[in-house]
Amino acid sequence: MTNFPVYILALLGLCMIAGFFVNRNTARTRLIAAGGGREGGWHSQASYHGFFTAWGVAIIGLIIFIFGLNVAPDDAGVGFNVAWLAALLAASGAVVIGAQRFIRSDFRARTYVERAILAVLVMLSIIAVLTTFGIVMSLAFESWRFFQKVPLNEFLFGLQWSPQTALRADQAGSSGAFGAVPIFAGTFLIMLVAMLVAGPIGLMIAIYLSEYASPRTRSIVKPAVEILAGIPTVVYGFFALLTVGPTIRNFSESLGFAVPTQSAISAGIVMGIMIVPLISSLSDDVISAVPQSLRDGSLALGATKSETMKKVIFAGALPGIIGAFLLAISRAIGETMIVVMAAGRAANLTANPFEAVTTVTVQIVALLTGDQEFDSAKTLAAFALGLVLFVITLVLNVIALTIVRRYREQYD
Amino acid sequence: MTDITSDITSDVKPEISPNFHKSAFAEKRLKARYGREMRFRWFGRAAIAMAMGALLWLLVSLVGTGYTAFRQNFMTVDITLEESVLDPTGARDAQALRGANYRKIMQDTLYAQFPDVTERRAKQELFGIVSASGATNQVRQMVFNDPSLVGQTITLTVPTSDQVDQLLKGYIDRDLPEDRRKVTDQQIEWVDTLIERGAIKSKFNLLFFTNPDSSDPELAGIGGAVVGSVMILGIAFILAFPIGVGAAVYLDEFAPQNKFTDFIEININNLAAVPSIVFGLLGLAVFLNFFGMPRSIPLVGGMVLALRVFPTIIIATRASLRSVSPAIVDGALSLGASRVQAVFHQKLPQAGPGILTGSIIGMAQALGETAPLLMIGMVAFVTEVPSSITEPATALPVQIFLWSDKAERAWAERTSAAIMVLLVVLICMNGFAIWLRGKLEKRRS
Repeated sequence: MTNFPVYILALLGLCMIAGFFVNRNTARTRLIAAGGGREGGWHSQASYHGFFTAWGVAIIGLIIFIFGLNVAPDDAGVGFNVAWLAALLAASGAVVIGAQRFIRSDFRARTYVERAILAVLVMLSIIAVLTTFGIVMSLAFESWRFFQKVPLNEFLFGLQWSPQTALRADQAGSSGAFGAVPIFAGTFLIMLVAMLVAGPIGLMIAIYLSEYASPRTRSIVKPAVEILAGIPTVVYGFFALLTVGPTIRNFSESLGFAVPTQSAISAGIVMGIMIVPLISSLSDDVISAVPQSLRDGSLALGATKSETMKKVIFAGALPGIIGAFLLAISRAIGETMIVVMAAGRAANLTANPFEAVTTVTVQIVALLTGDQEFDSAKTLAAFALGLVLFVITLVLNVIALTIVRRYREQYD
Repeated sequence: MTDITSDITSDVKPEISPNFHKSAFAEKRLKARYGREMRFRWFGRAAIAMAMGALLWLLVSLVGTGYTAFRQNFMTVDITLEESVLDPTGARDAQALRGANYRKIMQDTLYAQFPDVTERRAKQELFGIVSASGATNQVRQMVFNDPSLVGQTITLTVPTSDQVDQLLKGYIDRDLPEDRRKVTDQQIEWVDTLIERGAIKSKFNLLFFTNPDSSDPELAGIGGAVVGSVMILGIAFILAFPIGVGAAVYLDEFAPQNKFTDFIEININNLAAVPSIVFGLLGLAVFLNFFGMPRSIPLVGGMVLALRVFPTIIIATRASLRSVSPAIVDGALSLGASRVQAVFHQKLPQAGPGILTGSIIGMAQALGETAPLLMIGMVAFVTEVPSSITEPATALPVQIFLWSDKAERAWAERTSAAIMVLLVVLICMNGFAIWLRGKLEKRRS
């Protein structure tokens, strides 16, 4: 591929701008000639005639661009590119001159321009739907191919995961084993560790900031906590690998048992640190949304602030806090880089957080980086895992967002 | 407060009397309650301290490991470009000059520093002081640019090998027995002599910022990755900004309230929370497999990240459109403007800074995104700075990932330094966004 199509697109933009100015000025001249200098009596202002031309150039130009992109031979030489460029310039010129016929007092240029704008806006909104559609279709299609090779129940309930398909058919384990239970268990284990770290810390930060902290403390601590959310996950992964993993290993060695550098506990702790701001800021929102009258009522009855918090506000904010936790769980399950770097790749079926485990996202990365052929069960398995990941996070997100929204409406 | 009394069941509950709240029982109970209040407050402070401590720990460990990568030890040597070695025919043919034996030139230069070294093995160790490929490539490039240099003596500054660099930075313990460190006693002695002669000096490590990836740590830099990241971000912004703003404007201002627009809305909220690796799978299945685009190119990376961030931009745009007073649109409409004119000429400019703030934060997110890029093959080992969006490239976070699993100290140092660069850029982007938001709020009030 060359950069030439990019230049063509840039030239198209220039043609649009040129067309706009040429016909806007033409319209101005005609307007002044007709109305004696006053811009009255015409349906559309001069600039809308210009925009009308620019849209015309854009439509014709895009057709030529896409056509040229599709018919371009693999060894597209200078000759083809010059022809492409000339076609674009000629068509733009023709549109500009042709559009001048429409520069009249009764031509509704503005109406057409606005309709075109709306059409473009609708198309842009549809891209959002197309993205979801593309995700679902691509995951479903590749997974369907995978489940033709590996039965669904073996994938969902099998206890053995070793996707390495052997080179020779008579080798041991040549078919590979695609039982994903160890992977799901590992994902769950790391998620659990992360939530045990992030849940209490995040919730207590939210409570302290919304109920106790002075505005000044709040204005310092809140952004500082949110810095944690802005750090890229690859940085957390390296932190787990460089610092947290070795620290845990050295500590455990001093206690007399061995934890490998890559373990569920180090990945989980670091992931927990990453999730803290998510829980704290969402919980902070829902706690602040509980009406002040409930607080006042409780305090007036003689309850201390912490009693008010634990027995009145917490009950009121509970649905929102559950929503925040569900979003955090969804985030923990879908997190990739931390676990890829810090959790290991061995598919152990264990509940011991001091061992290396693997997760859905780690396996997707492991299966899809490096050499790949697109009809082997090994590669397709990544899409099946992706589908599972997508469905689980989607369900969690939908539940969480619904809870949070319904709860907000309740107090509004 | 039903269970307040249950905490003190050991005591016999006194009769309720007018002086009940002054009794020893009541005072004890009050003390317990205040104690719990204090403890609760301290839990909150402890939680904040833990979060801040974790942040501090992360920054300290990264900066502590990485700051030394910004300086590197270089050796300055006089190199005689022997015509007999480089160009025996004297033809100055460019092709022949390119393939000439620069390694020998470098070796001879080093041996000349210590003429008493004659043994083959010792000579090899001596040559191990400088970065072999770094030095030879540098000489080759100079001669290629200016063939008339052949036969002259030039002064060149070449990077030392990573082992020597680590030794001089104090990461290799000189007191360890020789067989347990990667630098020999002999090499240490030579290096010390060279420092005394003023040949080896520590300098600002410009190579780290300009070089592409390399298999030698002393030559590896983030130049290629930074250029790749800039390209990817540029493409992502060009695509995601119009999509995000356009879709938000349509949904907020023009869309009829019906099932379809509700569906789009739910969709967008969900897309913003879909794990990023899923977008990588989408890119792999659609752009690479279905449309047959090449792997590892910034164009595809930018497209995938555009899909990743446009829901964020939509959400930010809608928030800032809603914060514009409806009176502005009403005013424009009452003066005879069309709905499109009112929105595009009055409302959007008012919401502009807010939209920009949201977009910058979205782009900062995209800059740190790694997993989707792994899926579309951007983990390739690229040793050239990419010059177009259709050439294989890598991105800064992917470069960090690639370096992170190499075991040597020199790599950990570079990985941390690359992370420091990434974090500084992110802080600048977010700082700019916050500054913009502050300015906007000031203007409104």
